[in-house]
Amino acid sequence: MSIATPDRFGAQSAASLTERLTGARRDVRGRIVEWILLSALGLSLLILVALVVNLVDRAWPVLDGRLGDFLSSGLDASNAAEAGVWQAIRGTLTLAIIVAIVAFPLGIACAIYLEEYAGQSRIARLIRINVRNLAGVPSIVYGILGLTIFVKFAGGLTGGRTVIAGGLTLATLVLPVVIITASEALRAVPQSIREGALGVGATKWEAVRSHVLPSAAPGILTGTVLALSRAAGEAAPLLLVGGITGLLRTGNQSIWQQITEGGFTSMPVAIFSYARQTGADFQAVTGAASLILLVLVIIINGLAIWLRNRFESRW
Amino acid sequence: MRLIFSAAAVATLAISILIIYTLVKDAWGFFIDVPKGDLWNIGWFPRRGIFDIKTLILGTLMVTGIAMLIAVPLGLGVAIYLSEFAAPRVRRVLKPIIEVLAGIPSVVLGYFAISFINPNIITALVGGSNKAFNVAAAGVAVGILTIPIIASVSEDALRAVPMALREASYGLGARRVSTTFRVVFPAAISGIVAALILGISRAIGETMVVAIAAGAVGGGLFSTDPFQPGQTMTAAMAALGFGSDQVAGSGLAFQSLFFIGFLLFVITLVLNMIGDRLVRKVREEY
Repeated sequence: MSIATPDRFGAQSAASLTERLTGARRDVRGRIVEWILLSALGLSLLILVALVVNLVDRAWPVLDGRLGDFLSSGLDASNAAEAGVWQAIRGTLTLAIIVAIVAFPLGIACAIYLEEYAGQSRIARLIRINVRNLAGVPSIVYGILGLTIFVKFAGGLTGGRTVIAGGLTLATLVLPVVIITASEALRAVPQSIREGALGVGATKWEAVRSHVLPSAAPGILTGTVLALSRAAGEAAPLLLVGGITGLLRTGNQSIWQQITEGGFTSMPVAIFSYARQTGADFQAVTGAASLILLVLVIIINGLAIWLRNRFESRW
Repeated sequence: MRLIFSAAAVATLAISILIIYTLVKDAWGFFIDVPKGDLWNIGWFPRRGIFDIKTLILGTLMVTGIAMLIAVPLGLGVAIYLSEFAAPRVRRVLKPIIEVLAGIPSVVLGYFAISFINPNIITALVGGSNKAFNVAAAGVAVGILTIPIIASVSEDALRAVPMALREASYGLGARRVSTTFRVVFPAAISGIVAALILGISRAIGETMVVAIAAGAVGGGLFSTDPFQPGQTMTAAMAALGFGSDQVAGSGLAFQSLFFIGFLLFVITLVLNMIGDRLVRKVREEY
């Protein structure tokens, strides 16, 4: 039985220590796990690429052949050569305007109440829980609400299955999104800004209007833009409140006629009606319409992300 | 001013009350009027008076299950990588791109399901025994929609774990992988469960992908085969809804819209409340 001399022992442990300190590249298991995680990320990005490539590929006959005609033709799900998105684009724009007019002021006012006035009162807590729950309600359920309230009950005011009823339904749908993002923006404004205003004698409302709102404006704006893009992509509730699928005859009325006489469609609703048709020519039409909607939504979302990064203030 | 703002806030309560009122009123009417034998039958054919609720629930479960098979590994992988492995610069670039995935309109993904996922992936998987419209393709597309939700909620949960826990683990000689999976992941588990629950709730509520890609527009037989056309609660509602002028005549079919809507509302509400509670628990813990 040999006894290790301190010398030998020291050399051994020094060698093993050096190996451990410099041997990071031998962490095979770690590398494998990292690659698996990275491939999850890569696959998610690949899906995005596949989606865009597939859309362009399918849409090419329309983009190459009759883009101008496609953009200026109405909804016609029986004849692919005549089908277009003009009414759908106009419908989506009208809906977006109604959403902006109704949901933005209402949502921002609600957020101001919750963050600036309500404190931790019981009613404020109830409203906060309620808003979070509303944000998770499936969009088709809002369609039922729109059908019952805006189309049937208030049909005298909205004209029934009109773009007004559709816009009000979408406004209700995105209201929680506006409230939640605006609340977060208001909460991010430091207390000292409010105290500064109150300290020089401003009333509560003056402090909010002249100090808090301008500081929170970029965040609020980002939220409203995201809400708009959500509204632009929704089809399910519009199917219930009268978004036209198939053929929209009353094609070239003015916006006022569109509002009073009913008969509206939107980009997602048009894509739904084209996607239900079979045949390669309708595949191309659906692909082209999807590509236009996707580009539109990505531009809006990109704008929101850019706004957030550009004006994000660090206190 | 305070009055105006509080009126706006109370309006949100009114929306909830109206949703519940409209759903309950007609759902109850349907439940009273429908011959109970028609609720458990061969399939979902509302225009013929056959309202087999298990067809819709099974369809919803299949779509949600397939969606989770896609979304859970990808969403969690993205979240763990971005939170624990990615360099800050990489993260700044990649995170907005994942957010773009969240913004894709569901009709576009529905079209992607029938024009790409089904012919290229599902057909390769089962060798052509699938129909042009089927549950599996719709489920995969719904899964793609769910990835960003699971990724962003669980990434928030992972990043909420204090740095001190990681440093303690490194200090004991643990490597990054052991630290991630033995320390950070367990510490964030309630947030991750919340992410999964919110993802499931989103998948259950998804309408347009299924309406476009799963087929079975007018109704469908009870079927457990994911490669056949199928119907979910949401898609059945969309099918009842559009062209609802015709349906409005036959009272029961129209009322069934509210009955399914009520079921859907209750299921997603319960899931969202559990998820929400867990998310806030994570915030309180750290």
